[in-house]
Amino acid sequence: MATRLSVDIGGTFTDVVIQQDSEVTSVKVLTTHADPVSGVLQGVDDVLSRTGVAPSDVQLVLHGTTLATNALIERRGAKTALLTTAGHRDVLAMAFENRFEQYDVNIDRPAPLVPRHWRVGITERVAADGKTLLPLDESELISAVHTLVEQGVESIAVGFLHSYRQPAHELRVAQLVKQKFPQLWISLSCEVCPEIREYERLSTTAANAYVKPLMAGYLERLQAALVERGFSCKVLLMTSGGGLTTLNAATRFPIRLVESGPAGGAMLAASVAQAHDENSVVSFDMGGTTAKLCLIENGEPQHSRAFEVDRSYRFKKGSGLPVRIPVVEMVEIGAGGGSIASLDALQRIHVGPQSAGSEPGPSCYGRGGTLPTVTDADLLLGRLLPENFAGGRVSLSVEAATEALQHHIAQPLSLNVLSAALGVSEIVDENMAAATRAHAAEWGKRVQGTCLIAFGGAAPLHAARLAQKLKISRVLIPPGAGVGSAIGFLLAPVRYELVRSDYARLAELDQAVVMQLFQQMRAEAAEVLDDAGATGTREERREGYMRYVGQGYEIAVDVSDLHSLSVDEIRRRFEKTYERLYGRTIPDLAIEVLSWTLSLSSEPMTQTLQATDAQAMQQSVGDQVQWWSGDSAFAAKVLLRSELQVGQSYAGPLVIAESQTTTIVPVGATVAVRADDALCIELAEQEG
Amino acid sequence: MQELQIQLAWNRLLAIVEEQAQVLMRTAFSTVVREAGDLSAGVFNPAGEMLAQAVTGTPGHVNSMAAAVAKFLKKYPLANLQPGDVLLTNDPWDGTGHLNDFTVVTPVFSAGRCVALFASTSHIADVGGRGFGPDANDVFEEGLRIPIAYLFRAGTRNDVLMEILLANVRDPLVAQGDLYSLTACNDAGAAALLDMMQDLSLPDLDDLGAAITARSDEAMREQISQLPDGQYRYAMTVDGYDEPVEIKALMQIHDRHIELDFAGSSAASPRGINVPLAYTQAYASFGVRCLVGNEIPNNAGSLAAVHVSAPLDCLLNARSPRAVSARHSIGQMLPDVVFGCLAQVLPDAVPAEGASCIWNPVFMHALGAAEDQQFVINPIFNGGTGARPQKDGLSTTAFPSGVRTTSTEVNEVTSPLLFWAKEYTPDSGGEGQFRGGLGQTVRVTHRNDQPFVISKMFDRIVHPARGRAGGLDGGVGLVCVEHADGSLYPLEGKGRDQVQAQTTLVLKTPGGGGFGPADKRDSQAEQADRQAGLVNKTDRR
Repeated sequence: MATRLSVDIGGTFTDVVIQQDSEVTSVKVLTTHADPVSGVLQGVDDVLSRTGVAPSDVQLVLHGTTLATNALIERRGAKTALLTTAGHRDVLAMAFENRFEQYDVNIDRPAPLVPRHWRVGITERVAADGKTLLPLDESELISAVHTLVEQGVESIAVGFLHSYRQPAHELRVAQLVKQKFPQLWISLSCEVCPEIREYERLSTTAANAYVKPLMAGYLERLQAALVERGFSCKVLLMTSGGGLTTLNAATRFPIRLVESGPAGGAMLAASVAQAHDENSVVSFDMGGTTAKLCLIENGEPQHSRAFEVDRSYRFKKGSGLPVRIPVVEMVEIGAGGGSIASLDALQRIHVGPQSAGSEPGPSCYGRGGTLPTVTDADLLLGRLLPENFAGGRVSLSVEAATEALQHHIAQPLSLNVLSAALGVSEIVDENMAAATRAHAAEWGKRVQGTCLIAFGGAAPLHAARLAQKLKISRVLIPPGAGVGSAIGFLLAPVRYELVRSDYARLAELDQAVVMQLFQQMRAEAAEVLDDAGATGTREERREGYMRYVGQGYEIAVDVSDLHSLSVDEIRRRFEKTYERLYGRTIPDLAIEVLSWTLSLSSEPMTQTLQATDAQAMQQSVGDQVQWWSGDSAFAAKVLLRSELQVGQSYAGPLVIAESQTTTIVPVGATVAVRADDALCIELAEQEG
Repeated sequence: MQELQIQLAWNRLLAIVEEQAQVLMRTAFSTVVREAGDLSAGVFNPAGEMLAQAVTGTPGHVNSMAAAVAKFLKKYPLANLQPGDVLLTNDPWDGTGHLNDFTVVTPVFSAGRCVALFASTSHIADVGGRGFGPDANDVFEEGLRIPIAYLFRAGTRNDVLMEILLANVRDPLVAQGDLYSLTACNDAGAAALLDMMQDLSLPDLDDLGAAITARSDEAMREQISQLPDGQYRYAMTVDGYDEPVEIKALMQIHDRHIELDFAGSSAASPRGINVPLAYTQAYASFGVRCLVGNEIPNNAGSLAAVHVSAPLDCLLNARSPRAVSARHSIGQMLPDVVFGCLAQVLPDAVPAEGASCIWNPVFMHALGAAEDQQFVINPIFNGGTGARPQKDGLSTTAFPSGVRTTSTEVNEVTSPLLFWAKEYTPDSGGEGQFRGGLGQTVRVTHRNDQPFVISKMFDRIVHPARGRAGGLDGGVGLVCVEHADGSLYPLEGKGRDQVQAQTTLVLKTPGGGGFGPADKRDSQAEQADRQAGLVNKTDRR
């Protein structure tokens, strides 16, 4: 009997789920920001007592947290310094020297995590080919660190030019610092992110150094508390790449823990996709503030190495801090239940990215919010049951929602309030559709004809309409949608990914060197997997990051199955990948390789899980609600999800209620309940 | 059309041109397009009026491309166009101002008639001639010029045109790749538009287009009407090529629109810093839009409320065959001049002058270098922007250009150059209540002790960015060669030079002007600047 515990700390709630074979029981508790460990323990105690499981029976604890992300966003990390090549101390501040918003003269780039007086240039220089041009000045280094320590610096990032090629100077710094200043935390760019491009590498290393003391302290306290409770099993951490890693690796590279929640959601969707034999899937997670969409093919979420933390300007690309880590690639836009609707100077309806959040929340919460939100619009359109929201714990005010929409949207546009609500709802769905299309285009994919998998509080409300806009005819809504990330952790493999930059023209590639690189990377990854106790079959993915000579961006080329790594084979594989992304190749143009990555995974869980909300209240709902489409009203039946029969089909229009969300089945669509309790909505061929 | 339908369709149209621009960015070959975003994409109605334009892209293309499609239609009237046609030009006076910019126009047909045209522009690194730089005396020296012509006719490629093009540029594969990517992005836009028309049951874009332009025009005029009517003048002198040039503007705000005229500005130059009118209009109207109506989308309606003119054959309305390759070095100064006019009506909203012109030298091997020592790179180094009325300027940031820099490590991998320093220049930001953004100092040598060549298009080496409202001027730029004994030999800001072996090239980009009197600077901000080493000097003026 497998008993595992999964904990997801989010911004508002901490979700704790326990898995006993295929049964999953979940609870939600409020996140305790002062010390997140106490919220975790509260949830753990609750779920253990409800299920009667003893801590010693738990065989594995899986954990994901937004702590690292929050520390970065709220700038609550350690006092961090950066040691870099003399003459280049402003790399972090200069960034790309661009503006992320063309027409706003008042924008500011995010402040670097390390202030200028703690960014120190050290005499040393390595050339692009790895040759040392200037030796490391060790006495200058020691005295610089001494000064930093006196000023209260706790954590040090080291990033020298071309250290991805020749790390000797960074390694020597680590050695010296450990000898002379053993209390300092240290992060080397050649270990955190050994990739060419100094801004991204140093930004990632600085972010790692910035969260390292905090995360190490937290992880240590959490483990101690669990041991004290009687847990004797391993704890594995969810990473942004959709895989699990060990406490030790997480403590060294805590930057890899950002965005673990959304990655968990994507892993849930991937598992649902596999269980339902859906090869091509869009996962759709919509909460209070943002919507996240991810492309999943053959059960694998799209992955990449580029991510931005803290997009502080309307979630706009370029307004955050770049980090180069393995990530589940997704598009995130400011579209959630709490997103605020407004009119611009042209009287156009805009929705988001500002959100009313959970405090004060949408107007209909009656907690002081007066601005119209997506949830207010949904309520007026009859898609939310006022008496059933959040399992009946929050009662919704139709009057307040009406007032907000009337005042801010309907009156200025001379529309009736229902048309205004419909406008808000359509615009937010249109925004999500546009973001999905653009994201798919960016990756050379098409979403038309795929399957949409929806989870997160607001997603099942908007999934059917979004699918229509994307010309997707099937929507799957897995059970336990409200704790999707925590369930996703249970389904994730143990995975470790490494990168090495080694620039070469493809035609001049030294295969022996690359093979040796891969061997080193595999050995390092295997150590992590062994440490995690991941026995069983392992899957190895090897990729080259390549481009035509002179291009600005590399593409990831899968070379996992190329044993000889011959130049011709790699070129053919590159061209195939390039053509898939961009529709054509350029004959006779030389190809260059910038980096290689290797990722080693254990087998993911393939089991389907049955989820139960341990806190669910007895629900009572009416038989039907009025639905509105523009001026005309019609009736939609209301059903409780718990009363639907597996294998049965039901015809729309329907509102399906459960404690954590509401599912809308439009006119002309049908919904069937699959064997794993997932709802499957089939949309009729649409005319528009 | 009903109100909601108009709103949804407009929203969708904006998403379509954004997608068009993304496809262009992802597939382009020229680094400046892919990495720096030197591109433009938009959709037009059959009358050649722009209905929507991608926000992605650089302002120099803003309404230069907007005006281009009408010129295409004048030469190839709608009645003669058919499905599968694709038109092309790089004529500086029909397109976006220099030969490196190629504009591709594709008509879209539905039910047998043209319902819209997609246009896109991108910068192709080499077009033959002398190469990118200000040294030519006329446009013929600057490279190959293609009048508006068919790239495809009813789906068949114009092979003669393509062969001529490929025979005249130094990197034919990249040029060909970029033309295909322009064609492909228009196709992507067309497909998405036809989808949208079907989804929303629109037979054409007539009603939608009329609503978009009328509303944008009205919104823009409404914004302008909130400014006091009047005439506002401003003048700015910058370095030019061999002699300083003056840019003079008269802004007239009346009757709910803005007229900007550059009469009195310097005459056309014998060198390639001349600006075709479309590019003047692009950067001048961008300057207005940064401060007035900046949330109104770009289209024929919103652009119509600002009228930009300049006397024929002055520097800012150069006629053919003037040399125009480095037209950006003057054109990017125009927002500062427009800001100077608007500061008189919006004193609390207008930043001080900034470095403005990007410093994008071309570095290459010296003549006679061995084949394995040859290289060309085109990095970008920016100066500081002007201080804002409520905050400091941005250090080393491109404005008004929308480009990004490339990495030092990548520049060192792809060339034998070593960048020994690339760091803020302390004290280069103009002092003020709010400080101008800082410029940067770059030090470059050749790794193998060989000479190398630099092609320069730099400005503000003599004439600094001026402060506003009592703020002081930003630091001037500098380009010089430093010998082993430490002696400095200054170079001119424009033109080509060879940097001898065993010397160091030093570039200092200009700083932005300050805003407000320096003695009003917050003492904490002052202290923070000193702690950070951004301000070192002791002689407070």
